Amino acid sequence: MTTAHNQRDAARGSRSAQDRPPLAVVGSQISQDEELFGRAFDPWVIKRFMTYLAPYRRQLLIGLGCVLAFTLTQLTLPLLVRAAIDHALADGASDLSLLQIFVGAFFGVVVLNYAANHFMETLIGRTAQRLLFDLRRAMYAHLQVVSLSFMDRTEVGRLMSRLQGDVYALQEFLESSIFAIGDLVLLVGIVVVLLSLDPALGGLTLSVLPLLFLVRIVWLPLARKAFMRAREASSTTNAALAENVHGIRAIQELRRESVNFDLFEEKARENLNAHLAASRYTNVMVPIVDTLTGSAMAIVILVGGSMVLDSALDVGVMVAFLFYVQRFFDPIRSLTLQYSIMQRAMAAGQRIFEVMDVEVEVQDAPDAEDPKEIDGAIEFRDVTFGYETGNPILRNITFKVNPGETVALVGPTGSGKTSTTALVHRFYDVWDGQVLVGGRDVRSVTQDSLGRHIAMVLQEPFLFSSTIEENIRYARTGATRAQVEEAAIAVGAHDFIQRLEHGYDTMLDQRGANLSLGQRQLISFARALLADAKILVLDEATASIDSYTELEIQRALARLLKDRTAMVIAHRLATIRGADRIIVLEGGEIVEQGSHAELMASGGLYARLYRMNYASFDDIPADEVAKAIASGERET
Amino acid sequence: MATASRSAKRLDTQVDGDYSIDVSKVDGNVLARITAMAFRHRWRMTIAVVTTVLGGLFQLMVPQFLGQAVDQAQGLLRDAAAGVSGQDAAESALLTTALLLLGAAVLRGVFTMLHNYQGEAVGQLIGYRLRLDYYRQLQRLSLSWHDRVHTGDLMTRGILDIEGVRLWVDTGILRSILLTVLIGGGAIVLFRNDPVLACVALSFVPIVGVRASVARLKLRDTWIALQDKMSELTNVMEENLGGIRVVRAFAALAFELTRYDKISSEGLAIASRRVRLFVLSTTQMTFVYFLAMGLTLWVGGTKVAAGDITLGQLTEALAFMLILQMPVRQIGWMINSIARASTCGGRLFNVIDLEPSIADRPDAKDIDLTGGVVRFENVDFSYPTWAMDERTLTGIDLEARPGKMIGIVGPPGSGKTTIAQLLGRYYDVTGGRITVDGQDIRGVTLASLRTAVAIVQQEPFLFTASIDHNVAYGDPWAGRSSIERSAQTAQLHNYIKALPNDYGTLVGERGVSLSGGQRQRLSIARAILPDARVLVLDDSTAAIDAATERRIRESLKEYTQERAVIVIAHRLSSLMHADEIVFLEAGRIVERGSHDDLMALGGRYAKLYELQASTGAEPATPRSGPEDGR
Ligand SMILES: Nc1ncnc2c1ncn2[C@@H]1O[C@H](COP(=O)(O)OP(=O)(O)OP(=O)(O)O)[C@@H](O)[C@H]1O
Ligand SMILES: Nc1ncnc2c1ncn2[C@@H]1O[C@H](COP(=O)(O)OP(=O)(O)OP(=O)(O)O)[C@@H](O)[C@H]1O
Ligand SMILES: [Mg+2]
Ligand SMILES: [Mg+2]
Repeated sequence: MTTAHNQRDAARGSRSAQDRPPLAVVGSQISQDEELFGRAFDPWVIKRFMTYLAPYRRQLLIGLGCVLAFTLTQLTLPLLVRAAIDHALADGASDLSLLQIFVGAFFGVVVLNYAANHFMETLIGRTAQRLLFDLRRAMYAHLQVVSLSFMDRTEVGRLMSRLQGDVYALQEFLESSIFAIGDLVLLVGIVVVLLSLDPALGGLTLSVLPLLFLVRIVWLPLARKAFMRAREASSTTNAALAENVHGIRAIQELRRESVNFDLFEEKARENLNAHLAASRYTNVMVPIVDTLTGSAMAIVILVGGSMVLDSALDVGVMVAFLFYVQRFFDPIRSLTLQYSIMQRAMAAGQRIFEVMDVEVEVQDAPDAEDPKEIDGAIEFRDVTFGYETGNPILRNITFKVNPGETVALVGPTGSGKTSTTALVHRFYDVWDGQVLVGGRDVRSVTQDSLGRHIAMVLQEPFLFSSTIEENIRYARTGATRAQVEEAAIAVGAHDFIQRLEHGYDTMLDQRGANLSLGQRQLISFARALLADAKILVLDEATASIDSYTELEIQRALARLLKDRTAMVIAHRLATIRGADRIIVLEGGEIVEQGSHAELMASGGLYARLYRMNYASFDDIPADEVAKAIASGERET
Repeated sequence: MATASRSAKRLDTQVDGDYSIDVSKVDGNVLARITAMAFRHRWRMTIAVVTTVLGGLFQLMVPQFLGQAVDQAQGLLRDAAAGVSGQDAAESALLTTALLLLGAAVLRGVFTMLHNYQGEAVGQLIGYRLRLDYYRQLQRLSLSWHDRVHTGDLMTRGILDIEGVRLWVDTGILRSILLTVLIGGGAIVLFRNDPVLACVALSFVPIVGVRASVARLKLRDTWIALQDKMSELTNVMEENLGGIRVVRAFAALAFELTRYDKISSEGLAIASRRVRLFVLSTTQMTFVYFLAMGLTLWVGGTKVAAGDITLGQLTEALAFMLILQMPVRQIGWMINSIARASTCGGRLFNVIDLEPSIADRPDAKDIDLTGGVVRFENVDFSYPTWAMDERTLTGIDLEARPGKMIGIVGPPGSGKTTIAQLLGRYYDVTGGRITVDGQDIRGVTLASLRTAVAIVQQEPFLFTASIDHNVAYGDPWAGRSSIERSAQTAQLHNYIKALPNDYGTLVGERGVSLSGGQRQRLSIARAILPDARVLVLDDSTAAIDAATERRIRESLKEYTQERAVIVIAHRLSSLMHADEIVFLEAGRIVERGSHDDLMALGGRYAKLYELQASTGAEPATPRSGPEDGR
């Protein structure tokens, strides 16, 4: 690994190798989930799993039947060989016609074996695939309804690793479990056959088994720890890789490549070592099992041989014994190798079901209404709300927006404007008080209806990687091209879209990276307009748009917003010039509200700020605000 | 690299977004290359190969000893029947055989363990190497490449594909060696005993071989299709979860699920096809193998009857075949893993082999900062993928000097952000040049350039870490005091201090637990912490109220005194104090001058100013004064 070191040192530049940056980490710093590393067999997981198996009961029963048939034929084959040797060939008195019969039977069983094998693997393989897709779908569908507060806390990458990695671990398990089931049945079958062929010799041969169990008792806890370490190492390594993928802009911009690479190399190395350690534990079982196999066969030869000598045993039986003993340890060997897969699958299953069990905090009431039409009124009644308990972000907010009114929310950064709009859509539930939309408490209507009646332009324009047209049409998939264009024209996006080579069919890169931020904002604006909802929420919808374009949008809006209610948030005061009423928020409380004229007349904060041509104030001590304002006034 | 010859290096700009693998080329090259990587771990591979061979040989001995034992037992029987005594001798012969058998089994176990372990170790070492190479490559590739590839796809490659390649060493290379030894060694033994019987016993080998190679090709194609589909599914899921607010805002659950279901069911169809192919090939192989066994029994039986061979020899032939049962079953897995390794390897090498279009020239030197003067000289630019008639930027001339501030305004998409990106050399100009203190930025090292230029991006990416980690991201050696100073300058310190964990508070993914303005201020603090010579603020106060912004400007005064500053903004109060303001439209500078000049000009800028300074209700209250910092 000397080359790696050389590269690393070269990349490091001026800082010396020992100089480890104290404030550097890679990968998410949200504390790792409690690693669920339990037993290789977890009844709870199995039980949950069974509910997903239920629809495939028939296939599984048939499959199981095939497994039995397969195993039986598998067991019969050596028996036939033995019979052929004993009855048709041994004792020097060869009987060719008898041999013919045996060989014929052998072929018959082989065909059966093939058929059973084929059905078993196809059936179980396909069912396993379906099951995995079902599980993933269930998880995904559940994530579509869990509360946003959960999504805020949970990284996408972490969810993806469950949707992908854990499902994959299960797949690995299911694919190999077909054989594991067969192996287990085979094991039992062989024990039965051995004991019935010759109980004494059979018992003696199997006497090596307890030794195996003894070894496993010592081995298990050690191996479990090693596997756990390997899993943890994988997940932290992948988290670091995810950060490198998503944050590449910031990484290149802030020159963190080599520092991050060093940290990543550490994680990758730990990952390597952990996996090597786990591999040692898996493989140390191999010679142990082989030694036991050898011992069992030696017993058969010694004891069986002398029994043959005493005419207590047919040679054919001894041959069969030897074959069976050889076969006997194959499944044991592969089951040993399966252990880590099985354990991984159990942990994966647990993590998958954990996602499905995430409680849905914001849920439609059982008797939730689904109003077809609403009048567009919004009312906050003494609302208190926060994201973390004990830290309210909004306090005692009370205001009313009448149908058809345009109301502006103004306030310094972090004062709770975005949070207020989130409550209108019931992204979160209030702690106290009530939010009413169209005269109904948002908790008494379906979330779906809120989505239909409220269209939002979020502060951060998020676009999907599909075409521009599909993005605009997102809220109303049935909209025609003409309607899409109309919305684009209204927000002034039509011009630039038309100039693109593929126009509305232009494919956007992830998050719309091949558009400028302002262009993205326009498209997200058009998307909200096309939704044709009664209530429009614009959260800094024009912050990255120049005032010309904005003016044009406002003109178009004047027409489009007729009979519609609008809540507008802006830092640029010019943006809210058309508002009927202005609500001034500060520190999560309403400090003033009224029309522009009223607020100017009352001479409050808004008025002073307006005169300064300042939009607002901030989370600095009040006296500093006053100072700034005072100095501002002096200047004018 | 001592690997298969590769075609001329592909630049990362020459790749389309969802470039897939050229199926016709994948196999040989990729596998040869992975194999070469494996053999770079010389002694481990030597041990692995040697122990594989030895383990195989010992495994072959087992049936020989078994045959011997049967013959001995039968001999005993015959002797006893013939009344020939010599029990002791016979029994001691049995004992020897038993011990030999035990010895062979133990040795086989030990060698198998070594082979498994070394095989996996080499696989893990390759995985480790690839992981590092991939990670570093992602860091090197240019942003225009990153724009086009989906993060979900990159993650799939970095996790699942590395896994697929890693498994190749054990399940591919070593297992095929083992199989060769078993079949070859067994063949020799069998042929020595009886050539005809040997031919019968081994008759399944060529059939299985042909089957396997046909199945492998088909499987590979389904692997490629499957992997691509799964990437697509990943992308859909990742976008959905990343844009969950939009999904919720428009109640698009049904739409999203339909979209998901479509891709998912296509994926399921391919997965089922793969299962079918796979099962077909493995079961057929087992079938052929058992047929051969039956034939052996028949032919061998007649030969025993005819006295050509002993019963022991037949037993040996059959025992040998039994040993092959597991490996034959594993041939299926083996070809599956070959198919997978070549697909996964292809996908990985597709990324690793790219040549970054933005990279240090061989003769690049660190930038020599004398004054810190930035010049754009007649710069033209168009995005590599944006095939448009018009360029994104045309004939841009700019000069930013220390202590001076340049403001850039213009409608959305006019190219403001692009100018900032070009200065940090995230893209290369297509015409003209950009210099820092007279040095073309394409001639200096990227590291030194980007250290000299600090850009606050329009949409900053925050890391899922604590606030102090985020502020110190550009200089992780920074002490507490400089972190706090930066936060103070960005007017964020007071907010942070009020948090329960102050600087240790986690910001959530991409900073979800912060408001828009807080995120922007955090990224300003992050940008000014390292000591850059040029500062670019790309619309980085859009979500910050003007009062706070002004205080930020005040506190930045000291910082900007000896640095060149470029401010991009839509809100004119952010940049009206600039020494020079340029108005950009469709990639051209259409107006330039100081605020007063431009107001006097009465052009676009003046119009914009009017619009912003008035609320429509009252006449504008224009304001300009010396009190405002630059
Ligand atoms: N998801 C969240 N989890 C925890 N805290 C949050 C979350 N979203 C916002 N906050 C906190 O709530 C407060 C109000 O945030 P909000 O986004 O409502 O402000 P805002 O008025 O929209 O500000 P800006 O103008 O900067 O966008 C801020 O202090 C912010 O840190
Ligand atoms: N990564 C990219 N790939 C291809 N085209 C791009 C990319 N980024 C921007 N563009 C295009 O280049 C043009 C200029 O974009 P740029 O981001 O420089 O605009 P801007 O002036 O910063 O706009 P805004 O005010 O909206 O931020 C736009 O037409 C945009 O669509
Ligand atoms: Mg906000
Ligand atoms: Mg921009």
